[in-house]
Amino acid sequence: MIQQTIIKVGMADLNVGTQEGVLKTTGLGSCVGLTLFDGVAKIGGMAHVMLPTSDIAREGSLNIAKYANTAIPELIERMTLLGASITRMEAKLAGGAQMFAFAGSSDTMRIGPRNVESCKAMLIRYHIGIKGEDTGGNYGRTIELNCDSGALTIRSVLQGIKEL
Amino acid sequence: MDTIKGLADYQLDVLKEIGNIGAGHAATALSTLLDKPVDMLVPKVVVLPFEEIPDIVGGAEEVVLAIFLRVVGEAPGNMFFILNLESARNMLSKLIGMDLSDNGDYSELELSALNEIGNILAGSYLSSLADFTRLTMYPTVPALAIDMAGAILSYGLLQFGEMGDQALLIDTKFLEGSEEVQGHFFLIPDPESFGKLFAALGVESL
Repeated sequence: MIQQTIIKVGMADLNVGTQEGVLKTTGLGSCVGLTLFDGVAKIGGMAHVMLPTSDIAREGSLNIAKYANTAIPELIERMTLLGASITRMEAKLAGGAQMFAFAGSSDTMRIGPRNVESCKAMLIRYHIGIKGEDTGGNYGRTIELNCDSGALTIRSVLQGIKEL
Repeated sequence: MDTIKGLADYQLDVLKEIGNIGAGHAATALSTLLDKPVDMLVPKVVVLPFEEIPDIVGGAEEVVLAIFLRVVGEAPGNMFFILNLESARNMLSKLIGMDLSDNGDYSELELSALNEIGNILAGSYLSSLADFTRLTMYPTVPALAIDMAGAILSYGLLQFGEMGDQALLIDTKFLEGSEEVQGHFFLIPDPESFGKLFAALGVESL
């Protein structure tokens, strides 16, 4: 039994972990928790993506962990540096909820589904398969990726605990 | 974003005054509804990294009841009225004699009552603010959620998300005399609204 340590991933943040690590991010609403895992090298990565694309960014210094189109390449690179191979990576996604139901939906209101779509488009571009997802709905999620087994544990207030 | 980091003290005071006036009216409305005195604390204007904002209400995983509405008009923004679950229960029982079961399930009627309370309070916050600034501001139909604070609040940070990793929020905490009902009003003006708010109140923007 390996002693595991929790590695916290904040909002608009990303991190990677090796076998002993458990990557965790809390309170995903419309944000998407995207995880990549290489089961041979036992290296995992997690990004807490807030917005679909950096095209809309108006900030001076870009936080690449915030946007789906910049976070995923960075995550792949950081994992590769640790010894993971992109050909073995598999992705799991959680989050992308629509926390509040409104009549009529402007683009901001649909941010959850747009985040999910954008993540999936990036995964297709990098030829990374999606092994599991728990996206959509109208509730928040907290997720943990076990970097030894690759299991993704998803916790929510009403739905309880789910594992992908 | 640089604008909110570089705010001068007098500008922060103006934003606090906005919280004071808005939340003051809302607290009066709440006091009328509950028929009990409601106190509010001095509003706080905080500029925080996204990550730390849910800590104000107990952390990202703390389950809270939130009524959210979008402010539209000349100075758009997001508004939250946040209660912990115990306060929500106490409020319902005081207001309409509803006794909630402990399992946390809310009936449609109870949710509708809470939504209406949020509507009234947010409406009084905004209308007093609109009178004070002479800017047109009106609320969208409110929406209610009971969920993790992090998941809920991140929704109000998206406009700031395009600009940086911090947001400015005007936080006013209120408590009913016996502290059985307590909660927060958050007003998170969109980044581009600050200039308009300052101009409307005769303060130079940066």
